[in-house]
Amino acid sequence: MTENLLQISSLEKHYPAQGGKVVPVLRGLALTLRPGAFVALRGPSGCGKTTLLLCAGALLRPAAGTVLIDGCDPYALSAAARSAFRAAHVGFVFQNFHLVPYLSVLDNILLCGLAAAPQPALATRAIDMLDKLGLSHRLRHRPAELSTGEQQRVALVRALAGGANLILADEPTGNLDAANSRILLDTLADFASQGGAVLMVTHEPAASDRAFTRLDMRDGYLHSC
Amino acid sequence: MTVCQLVTRELAYRKWNFLLAVLAVAMAATTYLLTSALLKSTDLTTAALVSRKVLDTERAMLRLEDEMRKAMKGLGFNIYIFPEDQDLGEVYDKGFASKTMPETYVEKLANSSIITVNHLLPALTQKLTWPEQKRSIILIGIRGEVPLAHRNPLEPLIDPVASGQIVLGCELHQGPGFKPGDKLSLIGREFTVAKCHPQRGSKDDITAWVNLSDAQQLLGKQGLINEIQALECNCVTIDRLAEVRKDLLAILPGTRVIEIGSQALARAEARLQAGATAAQQLASVKAQRSELRTQRETLAALLLPLIALMGLLAVMVLALLNVRERLTEIGVFLALGIHSTTLLAVFLLKALLSGVVGGVLGSALALLGIAVCRVRLFDGHAIAALLDPSELAWLLVSMPVFAASAAWVPSFWASRRDPAEVLRHD
Repeated sequence: MTENLLQISSLEKHYPAQGGKVVPVLRGLALTLRPGAFVALRGPSGCGKTTLLLCAGALLRPAAGTVLIDGCDPYALSAAARSAFRAAHVGFVFQNFHLVPYLSVLDNILLCGLAAAPQPALATRAIDMLDKLGLSHRLRHRPAELSTGEQQRVALVRALAGGANLILADEPTGNLDAANSRILLDTLADFASQGGAVLMVTHEPAASDRAFTRLDMRDGYLHSC
Repeated sequence: MTVCQLVTRELAYRKWNFLLAVLAVAMAATTYLLTSALLKSTDLTTAALVSRKVLDTERAMLRLEDEMRKAMKGLGFNIYIFPEDQDLGEVYDKGFASKTMPETYVEKLANSSIITVNHLLPALTQKLTWPEQKRSIILIGIRGEVPLAHRNPLEPLIDPVASGQIVLGCELHQGPGFKPGDKLSLIGREFTVAKCHPQRGSKDDITAWVNLSDAQQLLGKQGLINEIQALECNCVTIDRLAEVRKDLLAILPGTRVIEIGSQALARAEARLQAGATAAQQLASVKAQRSELRTQRETLAALLLPLIALMGLLAVMVLALLNVRERLTEIGVFLALGIHSTTLLAVFLLKALLSGVVGGVLGSALALLGIAVCRVRLFDGHAIAALLDPSELAWLLVSMPVFAASAAWVPSFWASRRDPAEVLRHD
């Protein structure tokens, strides 16, 4: 493991607009997350927070700049290698959970096994984590049978169970009540405390207050709060 | 979690999409098999009909041959063999030959291997005056037909007359009032009337038939005959008289041969006509069946591509609907690090399964359809004859390929989606 779990430098990203113009979203942005980091990223809608998460998660190739995850530039890898790398190093948590509706709670987590080499301990690890989050009785349930809070907890376990040391969370508490938000934020904080790193986009003050570091995003740049 | 588990769980969750794809494939498979069975049924029925018709024609021709033979027997002999030096003009003028030839000629002919004539009848014929009755008669001495040595004996065309007996034509027995059993005198020799013929309206009415040896004695021509009558065989050749002549003259060089044209011609023409009619009927059956097959082939040529195209489009549209419905899911899969090739395999495996199930269902439906409509649509042919196992196996293999091909474009499109694009707008 390198010293920096995520190192972003001079990151630029723009989207094409009508009339052949481009809309710059990220303008030479830099960010470094070391093990133990839990960063809350705030900013107005459309300022590029999600774009930053996607670039950081090896899902969206930046126009310029570099992204190093655990010391490796995922965009220098082939598509297949980048997928495998992402599965091994990055976990995503979405606001809408995005659980696969026809899979049980456990299968949603074991889905990570399709992405990488077989992980014999994955099921055991998943069951342990679900147990810790109070979902051991829901293993065979489908997402539609769960509350929103339970669904988000399952999504969180899916992000963590694959062994990723970098969690990228996009408004993870956006659809949760206070109690469930607290559970989720505590879990993320624990993960960071145990050597992982979390970059969380949020609008909610309670969520950003729980993070160890808070950054504001304006005009394509990051600013410390 | 494996690709198969993922696919089967998705199938169970989105049953209708899968069932519709299965039905589309099954429809294509059923249509193909039923059309193929229909064409096979047409071919089988045609073969059976033609075979039956050929058999019927052969039987009819044999029957006709027999009837012709009998009819020709009724018409009498149509080949006459005379001595070589006989003037035929005299024969036509007087009704008999004045020249004679040895009676042994007929044995020579009978012992040969000739096949172009049969029913050999040696005769000694002469027109003379019946002194006791003071009238002209034609006296014919016959000894009965001489069987050909290489053939089974045939039923004779004319019965032999025993020595001392006489058979009279109508004019010869009606006037004097002779009847069978009566005694009469002919050139000083007594004969018993064996038979009295009814009126025939020909020179037979003034003819008297006696045994050949009796005639030879009466006419002082022992061991001689002046004609051999024969019946031309049923062989049809381009120039049958030349053939008969060639055969006869090879055996009996000192003779000449004539044919009674009208009888022989009628016989050959009747045979040819019957044969032509039978061939025409057979050709007509073949033409009708060929037309039916062409109609069915045309229908198949239109129907099969149409059904295949509809099936292809249906599977493609269903696959497209499925991937569109799962776009976010696809984005999440990719974000989780699942490779696009694995995703493509997921979609294609689903299509393959719909092809396998659709192929089996389609084959079962086709079998059921044939079983139910076997008599009405398939002329009662056995299912085994209508459906070739290799064709069925080919179909069961090709249907999954067909379905996977149809789903290829939507599947490929889905697996190449940009996850960032999907998740950014979510």
